[in-house]
Amino acid sequence: MSNVRVLVGTRKGAFILSSDGKREKWDVSGPHFAGWELYHLKGSPADPNRIYASQTSGWFGQVIQRSDDGGKTWFQPGTPAGEPTTNPQGMPIGESNKFVYDDSPETGKPLTTHQWYDGTAKPWVFKRVWHIEPSLDDPDTVYAGVEDAALFKSTNGGQTWAELPGLRGHGTGAQWQPGAGGMCLHTIILDPKNRDRIFIAISAAGAFRSDDGGTTWKPINKGLHSQYIPDPTAEVGHCVHHVAQHPSNANLLFMQKHWDVMRSDDAGDSWQEVSGNLPTDFGFVIDVHAHEPETIYVVPIKSDGEHYPLDGKLRVYRSRSGGNEWEPLTKGLPQNNCYVNVLRDAMAIDKLDSCGVYFGTTGGQVYVSPDGGDNWAPIVRDLPAVLSVEVQTLP
Amino acid sequence: MIRIVMPAHLRTLAAVSGEVTLEIEGEVTRQAILDGLEKRYPMLRGTIREHVSRERRPFLRFFACGEDVTHKDPNAPLPPEIASGAEPFYVIGAIAGG
Repeated sequence: MSNVRVLVGTRKGAFILSSDGKREKWDVSGPHFAGWELYHLKGSPADPNRIYASQTSGWFGQVIQRSDDGGKTWFQPGTPAGEPTTNPQGMPIGESNKFVYDDSPETGKPLTTHQWYDGTAKPWVFKRVWHIEPSLDDPDTVYAGVEDAALFKSTNGGQTWAELPGLRGHGTGAQWQPGAGGMCLHTIILDPKNRDRIFIAISAAGAFRSDDGGTTWKPINKGLHSQYIPDPTAEVGHCVHHVAQHPSNANLLFMQKHWDVMRSDDAGDSWQEVSGNLPTDFGFVIDVHAHEPETIYVVPIKSDGEHYPLDGKLRVYRSRSGGNEWEPLTKGLPQNNCYVNVLRDAMAIDKLDSCGVYFGTTGGQVYVSPDGGDNWAPIVRDLPAVLSVEVQTLP
Repeated sequence: MIRIVMPAHLRTLAAVSGEVTLEIEGEVTRQAILDGLEKRYPMLRGTIREHVSRERRPFLRFFACGEDVTHKDPNAPLPPEIASGAEPFYVIGAIAGG
């Protein structure tokens, strides 16, 4: 029987939740990296025991951690525990936490400033890694989405990182502004059908696509309408919260925007709103069923000021028609006095025959539905605020 | 021999417990201590000072012999008690968050 391993990043460490295919009984390990913010953990599709983690702190900055044994032990790439930290010449081995923007004359020249909240120009300053996306094929190749928004890539297992400067430098970078959570690159999708295609999304710049492996980029925000910006249909400036893709139909994308749930049938070239009968079209997470490309999940959140579920009822909404027609999923979820949030990277889908859906809350609960959303149960109830949830389906 | 006391999180990253000791050649300054610390424990690079600017991270402070030397010239000599190892050099996380 297959197993699942759920990787949970929280405000105060990482937790790993493991179960068999029934997903009823769970082993919980952690906290790993206790006291640190774990923005994201993700396993390599090519080697599930290879897991990368983004460990950050307002005091001590960014650290990248890696496990090669499924999360049992961890090390900073380039400085494995017990091994020399310098080469024979005395130079440090590995710079796994070094994220330096490209300011070279050749490729970094146009990368000067972005806009601050008040519209003034502000230089890029690295703050943290929001999202880690391992390559589909190579365990040593991994991408990192960072704040201030940029995309980095490592081809040596996270030891060293280099910016893909074509994103910031494609032309609109100077117009990007931060969302309320900072100017973060939070979504990275590596296209399983076309290895040269990468999608990313930034709050609050929008979605972008590369068709040449990350060298050149273009905004893909046509059809988005954001009434809170000066030009509601501008090429960039949209506060995209998350984007999801189904592997079987790589041109089909779903987006949870600050307001509006959107879909694209042409790889982001155009978008249509599919909020339909949702009680509010604000939210952070969105994800797609493992076996049904038109079955999608969101968690509507009351906004702009509140950021908790409507009426104190935690409800996942499912559409089986690719949007517009939505049904609330409530069985096993609290239906009174619930005022938690579900952050943008805190939903995940497993690949078991009976598709499992997972999400974590700022109240420290991680919920699982082993039957595609019909029934829910908490795996854990009292973790620190959950920042991210990923799941690995293991043989 | 220089003695250095670091916050618990940095000790965990460096896989050390208690004080760290270093031998520093030449004048003992804050810069020399941090350079030596980062050379011996490269995993600490970027956690005390920014990688490129080499500026102190905002929520960290430095103390020597009971004195806050955070805003003093990083290349100024530290007291002889630090240089001799009689007193440790402290890297301290600012109290913030309440």
